Amino acid sequence: MGRVVLVTGVSRYLGGLFARVLSADPQIDRIIGVDVVPPPHDIGRSDFVRADIRNPVIAKVIGAAAVDTVVHMNVIATPTSAGGRVSMKEINVIGTMQLLAACQKAPSVRRLVVKSTSSVYGASPRDPAMFTEDTGAKVLPRSGWGKDSVEVEGYVRGFSRRRPDVEVVMLRLANFIGPGVRTALTDYFMLPVVPTVMGFDPRIQFVHEDDGIEALRLATVGPATGIVNVAGDGSITVNQAARLAGRPTAPVPPPLVGVVGQAARRSGLADFSGEQIRFLSYGRGLDTTRMRRVLGLEPRYSTRAAFADFVRGRRLTGPLSPDRVETVEAGLLGLLRAVVPAGSVG
Amino acid sequence: MAQVIDLDGERPGRRRRAGAAAVAAGAQRASGERSRRRRRTTPLLADLEPASEAGTVAAHDPADRPTDRSVDGSPAHAAAAPPEEIDLRAFEAPVSERRDNGAPRARTGTGTPRSPRATRSVTVTTPTSPPASASTTAPTTAPTDGTDVPAADAGAVPRRPARKAVRTSRTTTAATSGTSNDPAGPAVGDAGGPAPAVRRPPRAAVRSASGARRPRVRPPGSGPERLVAVTDAATEAGEAIADALGHRPGDVEEKIAAALAFLRRRLTGDYEVDEFGFDRELTETVLLALVRPLYRRWFRVEVRGIENIPDTGGALLVANHSGAVALDSVMTQVAVHDTHPQHRFLRMLGADLVFSTPFVGEIARKGGATLAANADAERLLSAGEVVGVWPEGFKGIGKPFSERYKLQRFGRGGFVSAALRTRTPIVPCAIVGAEETYPILGNIPTLARLLGLPYFPVTPTFPLLGLLGAIPLPSKWLIEFGTPVPTDDLGIGAADDPMLVFDLTDQIRQTIQQTLYSLLVQRRSVFF
Repeated sequence: MGRVVLVTGVSRYLGGLFARVLSADPQIDRIIGVDVVPPPHDIGRSDFVRADIRNPVIAKVIGAAAVDTVVHMNVIATPTSAGGRVSMKEINVIGTMQLLAACQKAPSVRRLVVKSTSSVYGASPRDPAMFTEDTGAKVLPRSGWGKDSVEVEGYVRGFSRRRPDVEVVMLRLANFIGPGVRTALTDYFMLPVVPTVMGFDPRIQFVHEDDGIEALRLATVGPATGIVNVAGDGSITVNQAARLAGRPTAPVPPPLVGVVGQAARRSGLADFSGEQIRFLSYGRGLDTTRMRRVLGLEPRYSTRAAFADFVRGRRLTGPLSPDRVETVEAGLLGLLRAVVPAGSVG
Repeated sequence: MAQVIDLDGERPGRRRRAGAAAVAAGAQRASGERSRRRRRTTPLLADLEPASEAGTVAAHDPADRPTDRSVDGSPAHAAAAPPEEIDLRAFEAPVSERRDNGAPRARTGTGTPRSPRATRSVTVTTPTSPPASASTTAPTTAPTDGTDVPAADAGAVPRRPARKAVRTSRTTTAATSGTSNDPAGPAVGDAGGPAPAVRRPPRAAVRSASGARRPRVRPPGSGPERLVAVTDAATEAGEAIADALGHRPGDVEEKIAAALAFLRRRLTGDYEVDEFGFDRELTETVLLALVRPLYRRWFRVEVRGIENIPDTGGALLVANHSGAVALDSVMTQVAVHDTHPQHRFLRMLGADLVFSTPFVGEIARKGGATLAANADAERLLSAGEVVGVWPEGFKGIGKPFSERYKLQRFGRGGFVSAALRTRTPIVPCAIVGAEETYPILGNIPTLARLLGLPYFPVTPTFPLLGLLGAIPLPSKWLIEFGTPVPTDDLGIGAADDPMLVFDLTDQIRQTIQQTLYSLLVQRRSVFF
């Protein structure tokens, strides 16, 4: 007996990627992709159903197709892609509530996979270097995506209490990066000059889009349950990442960060919410022991390799690109060699 | 201890000697009389020896040396002898004579009778005290530095003694007479690397001698000629500096290439930070190098019991905290890295205030610090790192000067349970000297609250002198690492036994307090 998987947010980039990966899996009989807009990309052999998860219609879709696994990928990170913060919040919170209500009513549902985010841990100077799944946030995220995700996780926990027979996996993914995905952070590192918070150079972690999708696939078809952190190995710092992208940085004094962030948001350059600024000040690291042990994922890309792939994929170059810097270095060395022998003769 | 290669009767030998002795005595006082062993010799003079030795090589046949040494066995001579008189009249007699005629007059004013003894005599004196003769072989010059530098370090870093030689010989030259700048040349050039010194001295000596001489000899006349002289002198000075730094042009090139490569890696992001944000390369090449002068010259840190830190595997170092700003943790890190045979990095645990402060937090993380939380401590200890913790926290560094060296409460014993859980030994560590860097006379709580600080220290100089008051007093530091307390024999559940944790915490605290008292008794004075 095959499986029927319902994927929300299939018209978004990662949803499409996931649908294509699932399509290659023969264990899965049917894939139903749900979103409010038709997918602009290939979604493999999935059937697209145009439905809004904020609407009880979703319950009918689940019931009619006898869905056994629900993969919830429709928690939106940036207000720009949702048409404003109000609509984003509604999709994230109300959408999740409706979806979970529908799942609770559907006896066919056996497994629920939720794509959550590491931003539920917040970012503060009082955080330990690495978050394990049972470490609570010292300072809960107070706005935006992080706050939404904390609420989503709360509803998911409630759901798992009410439906103990359903296996629930929550993946707390580090920031996605890769040649194709577009997030607030990819926008940020694609700015010609990367503004940073002066006096801070936090550690950040990325997960490559392929690894992140593989994590979701393993969570869908594998036996894992519970909360799992997903991130590439190692950390890089914000300054280092900017340098790897060949970008110079512009340190902004902390009192001005808010103003600069707002200006950037208004002009649509990049999303700098308060939460994002905290993240860019204090950073965050994830302990991925459970990812290996429970989920069985061995990421192909380390954080740094994932970022390098992003730089390669987007063909990012800047004044500090390695080839340019190496040219300057070789030039200086040549100059030195031309000068020094002359001096050593006398 | 010194040499007099004096071929000329025209020089005021005695007065010079008196001047040199005064300088030596001053330096002795200033450099703070490190350990008793070294106190027997004068650090400054001991430093000059390789230079003098090289000078001997330059001036004489190596075969002469044994006899030279036997000449001056008498300690009286060694004490009275000037630190260094290498007169390059040995090479350029007529010029020196001309100079000598002028300079002493300028210096003394009244013509004192000149030493007849020195007339056309060649006196080469070399010391006989054991540490001094040991330091005639160049790599061992490092111990004269005063701090406890391990032998490996001394061998590996030949540049440091050289730099010191530059400085000391400069001061000596300036003090002995305004006339002979020339000894600086060979002394500087040869002190750096022993091997090149033996090969190169004659050339270097002659070159820098003539180089420094030329502009003086020429009459202050025609433009182009003077220009040539100046450029000549500049080139040669440059080479002398390169020599002084202990490397030949090839080395300089390598150094610059290495520095450029480092810069390139920094600019292109080609470096590694670990999961705590520790940047090993930056710490080794930049951060430690920046605080090392403070460690060696300012506080003259003396380290004892470094062997109590294991070569491999985790260890929890527990130390007392003092001195308004946590300089003691930084110095302990340098001490562990520089004196431990494996050059281990101390991973410090810091308060959250450190990590919320701009720049401080960034540098702390890159330097290997992380938040003082059980999760991080256990993670580091299980990874086999040496972790440093200062359980007194702000209570320790913010306590008034009247309570110096009195240990405050040791937190909640969290560090002990971390060590118990990871079964790593606890190394008690006592730091003496940090209390006197900023003697806290008072506290302004209102200002502290306003700035979000745990206290606002008032020291004799701060905030009275503003930023100048932020300069720490140059106290003499002693850091002693005690015998490790093993925790692996206490069993699995030990960390969950509060009574055991409290007892162990108390035991560690007592050990540190006792060590502090014994170090204070041994300490001669606060600043020396």
